[in-house]
Amino acid sequence: MSAEVLPYTVKPHPVTGLYNGKFGIWLFLASEVMLFGALFSTYIFLRIGAPETGPTAWPTGEQTHLSWKLGGLNTLILILSSVTMVMAWVQFKMDNLAKGRMYLIATAVLAIAFVAIKLKFEYMHKFHLGIKPSTSVFFAIYFTMTGLHALHIIGGVVVIAYFIGPGAKLWHENREYYTNRIECTGLYWHFVDLVWIFLFPILYLL
Amino acid sequence: MNRSRIIGVATVIVVIVCMMAPTVVLGQTDGPVASGHIIDGDYGYGMPPNASKDGHNVDNLIHILHWFMLALFVAWGIFFVYCLMRFRARAGHRATYDPVKAKVSKYAEIGVAAFEAFLLIGLSMPIWAATKNEPPAKELATHVRVVAEQFQWNFHYPGTDGTFGRTAAAFVDTVDNPLGLDRSDPAAEDDVFATELHLPVNKPVICDLTSKDVIHSFFLPVMRVKQDVIPGMRIPVWFTPVKEGRYEVACAQLCGNNHYSMRAEMVIEDDASFATWLEEVGKVEEFDEDELD
Amino acid sequence: MSGDHHHEPSFIRKYVFSVDHKVIGIQYGVTALCFLFLGFCLIMMMRWQLAYPGETMPIIGNLFGEAAMPGGVMLPEFYNSLGAMHGTIMIFLGVVPLLVGAFGNYVMPLQIGAPDMAFPKLNMLSYWSYFLGGVVMLASFFVPGGAANSGWTSYPPLSDIATTGQTWWLFGMVCLITSSLLGSVNFIVTIVQLRVEGLTMFRLPFFVWAQLITSFLLLLAFPPLEAAGVLQLMDRLAGTSFFLPEGLVVSGVVQTQISGGGSPILWQHLFWFLAHPEVYVLILPAMGMVAEIISINTRKPLWGYRAMIYSTIFLGFMSFIVWAHHMFMTGMGTKISAFFATTTMIISIPSVVILTAMVISLYQGAIRFTVPMLFALAFLPMFAIGGLTGLPLGLPASDIHLHDTYYVIGHFHYVVAPGTIFAIFAGIYHWFPKITGRTLNKTLGYIHFAFSFIFINIIFMPMFWQGMAGVSRRLYDQTVYAHGDAVQSLTVISSWGAWMLGLAQIPFIINFFISIKAGKKVSDNPWEATTLEWSAPSPPPHGNFATVPVVYRGPYEYSVPGASSDYIPQHITTEA
Repeated sequence: MSAEVLPYTVKPHPVTGLYNGKFGIWLFLASEVMLFGALFSTYIFLRIGAPETGPTAWPTGEQTHLSWKLGGLNTLILILSSVTMVMAWVQFKMDNLAKGRMYLIATAVLAIAFVAIKLKFEYMHKFHLGIKPSTSVFFAIYFTMTGLHALHIIGGVVVIAYFIGPGAKLWHENREYYTNRIECTGLYWHFVDLVWIFLFPILYLL
Repeated sequence: MNRSRIIGVATVIVVIVCMMAPTVVLGQTDGPVASGHIIDGDYGYGMPPNASKDGHNVDNLIHILHWFMLALFVAWGIFFVYCLMRFRARAGHRATYDPVKAKVSKYAEIGVAAFEAFLLIGLSMPIWAATKNEPPAKELATHVRVVAEQFQWNFHYPGTDGTFGRTAAAFVDTVDNPLGLDRSDPAAEDDVFATELHLPVNKPVICDLTSKDVIHSFFLPVMRVKQDVIPGMRIPVWFTPVKEGRYEVACAQLCGNNHYSMRAEMVIEDDASFATWLEEVGKVEEFDEDELD
Repeated sequence: MSGDHHHEPSFIRKYVFSVDHKVIGIQYGVTALCFLFLGFCLIMMMRWQLAYPGETMPIIGNLFGEAAMPGGVMLPEFYNSLGAMHGTIMIFLGVVPLLVGAFGNYVMPLQIGAPDMAFPKLNMLSYWSYFLGGVVMLASFFVPGGAANSGWTSYPPLSDIATTGQTWWLFGMVCLITSSLLGSVNFIVTIVQLRVEGLTMFRLPFFVWAQLITSFLLLLAFPPLEAAGVLQLMDRLAGTSFFLPEGLVVSGVVQTQISGGGSPILWQHLFWFLAHPEVYVLILPAMGMVAEIISINTRKPLWGYRAMIYSTIFLGFMSFIVWAHHMFMTGMGTKISAFFATTTMIISIPSVVILTAMVISLYQGAIRFTVPMLFALAFLPMFAIGGLTGLPLGLPASDIHLHDTYYVIGHFHYVVAPGTIFAIFAGIYHWFPKITGRTLNKTLGYIHFAFSFIFINIIFMPMFWQGMAGVSRRLYDQTVYAHGDAVQSLTVISSWGAWMLGLAQIPFIINFFISIKAGKKVSDNPWEATTLEWSAPSPPPHGNFATVPVVYRGPYEYSVPGASSDYIPQHITTEA
C-alpha cells in the first residue's frame, strides 16, 4: 500500500545513489559499529587497567583456554559464508532464483556450523573446565562479546531463512525489490563477519 | 492595545523577582545546629564560609563568572525586551525582509569566546593545576586515610611512626576491624581510627581516599574540596585549613538509601589540641582491644 | 491518496497498529504526554519530602503501602526510586519521544512533502518498542524493592548491587534504545531521500535540520549505552565484574564471589558518551520548533539561517567529545580535564550563535504575540540562563564546589524544563490546528503560559542559591547538614512552585480536551505560514498531499518586498 506511494523503495535516489533500504542498512551498521566499538573500547580499557600480576592480571596464551585452531576454523567458515552470500546476490541479479537460493542455504548452513562449533566445542569446553563469565574479567568480556556476536549470527540466519522460505514470495512480485533485500542482508552479513575478524585476534591471539 | 509592552515589562519584572525573591524576602539564616554540635561559620544563601588557604581562588572564579553571566544576560535581555516592544505587530508596521547587517553580534560572539578562553586558560586551569598537580611534601603534611563505606566516613591516622599499617579486604571484621587492618604489620601498632576528622590548623593535609563498597564523594564545603571516592582506586586530595572550628564532611554522590545521612564532622584545631585528641582516641582503642583479648 | 484503498482498514490497523506517520506521531504524543505528567507527579511527591522532611504526606501519603511510605512518610529507598525514575521517565519516556517521536514524526514528513516515513512498518515498530520500554519501567515499581533507585545515571557498583528494579530498568532501557535506533535510521533516510522536488537541503525548514542532526546523535550515541547496559546486565545476572574492582566489602561482607578486575569509571565513560549527546537530543529539536514559530510570528526570515545550520552540525560533532566534563571529580589529571574543559568551552560557541540568531530574528520583525509565540519567546531567556549556568560547571575549578549540587539541577532543568518543555508547549499550540483542524482556546492558553512561566522560575531559580550554599543533589533530607538547613526555606519555595506549576497545567489540560472536539475551526493555514505542512489539509489525509507539491523557494519567505501578501508559501511558483 504505502510502499507503492513511497519513492525510492526499489530504485536508487538520483543524488545519493541508494535506495531507501540500502541507506537504512548502512545507517544501522553505523550504529552497530558504535555498539561493538564500545565493547572493543571496554576490552582496551580493562586490559590497560589490569595489573601485571595477581588474580586480576590479564590472561594470555595458555591461560585463556582458547584454541586458536577452533577460532581460526570459525574464521574460515565465516569468510566462506560471506563469499556464498555474495554469490547468492549475484545469482539473484542474474535472475536465477534456484541457484541464488542454493547459495543462501549454503550461507545459512555455514552460519549454523559456526554457532555449533562455538557452542559445542568452545563454550561447553569452558563450562566443563568450570570457567564461567564470572571467572575473570577476561572471560566476562569473552563470553559477552562472542555471545553478542553469536546472537547477531543467529539473527542473520533467521533473516536468511525467511528469504529462503516465505520471503521468496516477493521474488515473484518484484524481483528487484527482493534482490535489494538480499543485498541489504548481505551487507549486514559482511559486517558480522568483519566483527569476528576483529574479535578473533584480540581474544585468541593477543 | 499596549498588550505587548505590558507583557514585555512583566517578563522582566518576573525574572528579576524570581531571581531576587529568595535573598530579599528571607535574608540570611545562621547559627545552624546539627546532631548536637554547633557547626561554625555563617551559612546562608551565599557560598559557605571558607576555611582553607586556597579556597578563595575557587570563590573568586565563581564570583567573576557570575558577574560575567549577569552582564551578558542583562545586555542580552535589554536587547530582547527592546525588540519585543519596538517590533510588535501593529497597524502600519511591517517586518523588514532583508536581514539586518549588524556586525555587533559577531563582535559579541567573538568577545564571549575570548572571555571564555581567558576564564579557562587564565583562571580555571591554574587553579586546577595548583590544587591537583603538586601535593605538599609528605614530611610537612598531616596524612590521613579516608575510607568511605555505606554510610559512614572512617579516618585512619598513621600514628607516631608516620606509616599506615597494611590493610586488606580479607582482614575486615565489622565489629573490631572495619577497615581490615593487618594487626601483624608492625606499622599498624600505633595506628589510630576515628569517625571524626581532626586536623591541625595551618598545616597542609593530604587525604588518601578509598571506598569499601560503592562510589562516594568526599565533600568539604568550607575547604572547597570535592573528590569522588571510587572503589578500587586510591585518590589523594590536599588542602590547608586556616580557620579553627567544627565543620562538616558531606557525601556528594548518591551511595544508597541513607546517602543523605552520610555525614561526618571535621574539627580544625591547634597543634596541641590535635596531639591530645590523637593520643586520647588511640588510648580508647587500645583499651577496647585489651578488653576483646 | 486515499482513493487507492479498496476498503477502509479496520479500527485496529487504523488507530492501534497503524503505519501512518501521523497516527504514530499522535500515539507517541499522547503516550509521552502521559509519561511527562507521571514524571512530574513523581517529583511533586519528592518535593513534599524535601520541603517537609519526615512529615506525613497529606491525602495521598497513605496510598503507597508500608514498603514505600509507612504511615504516609516517605522512606529513603522510595525517595531514591522516585528520583531515578523521575529522571528516566522525563528524559527517555517524556521529552525525547515528544520532540522526536511526536513532533518529528508528525511534522517532519509533512514539511518535506513526503507521503510518509521511508519505513512505515519500522516506524510502527519504534513506537511499540518504546511503549514496551515504558510498560517495563512502570512495572518495575511493583517488583520487590521497588523501581531502580541508583539515580538515572545508574553508577555502579551501587547499581550492580541494587534491588531487582535495576534489572527491569536495564531491560526497559534496551527497549527504549532499540526504539530510538530504529527511529533515527528512519528519520535520516526519510529526510535525505524523500524530499520533494525543489526542496534542496538549504531550503529545508530549520526544524527538519534539527531533526536530522538529532537523529545522527541518537544513532551514534545510543549504542555505547546499549553496550554498557548489556555489561551491567551481565554484572547483575551472570556475576561478572565489568564495573567491580576486587576487594569490595559491602555492608561488612567481603565480596569473594566476584572476580574483580573491573572499573566503576568504565560505566561513567560509556554512559556519558551517550548522555552528553543526549543533552543535544533534548535541545536541538526544541530549538528547531522555536525557530519555526519565531519566524512565522515575526513575519520575517530567520536571521542567519545557514549559520544556524552550520552551528547545529558543529554542535553535533562536538557533542561526542565533551562527555568527560561530567567526570571532573573522578580524579582525572590536569591534561585530560583541560582537554574536556576546552571542548566544553568550544561547544558553547555554536549554542551562542543559534541563540543570537534567534534573538536578532526579532529585530525589525512584526511580532505577533500568539500563545505559541509566547512559549517560544520564553524559551530564549530560559535557555540563556540554562546555558550561562553551564559555564561554572564546565570549568573544572569552579566545578569543584558546584559539582553534584543543586546548581547542576538548576542548570540542566533550565535547559530542559522552561527550555525544552516550553518549546514543546509552543509546538503543541502551534501544530494543534494542523493535527485537529481546530485551534486551542487563546485565553486559556495565555493563562497557562503566564502561570507556568512564573512558577517554573520559582521552582528552579532558588536551586542556584542552594547549589552555591553547597547542598548536594539527591539528598533525602538536606536539613541533616548545617549548610543545607540554612537554605531549607529555598527548598520550601521550590516545592510550592512545583505544586503551583501542577495547578497551572489545569487550564492546559481542559483546553486540550475541549478543543479537540469543540475548538474553533480554522483554515488549513491559520498562522499564514510558508512551509509545506500548512499546504496540506487539516488534518492531512493518509498520504498527506492531494497532489505532490513542488518547492520553489526557501522556507521563510515572509514580508518579501513587492509581494501582495506578507508570506509566499514554498510551493507557490509565482505570486498571484
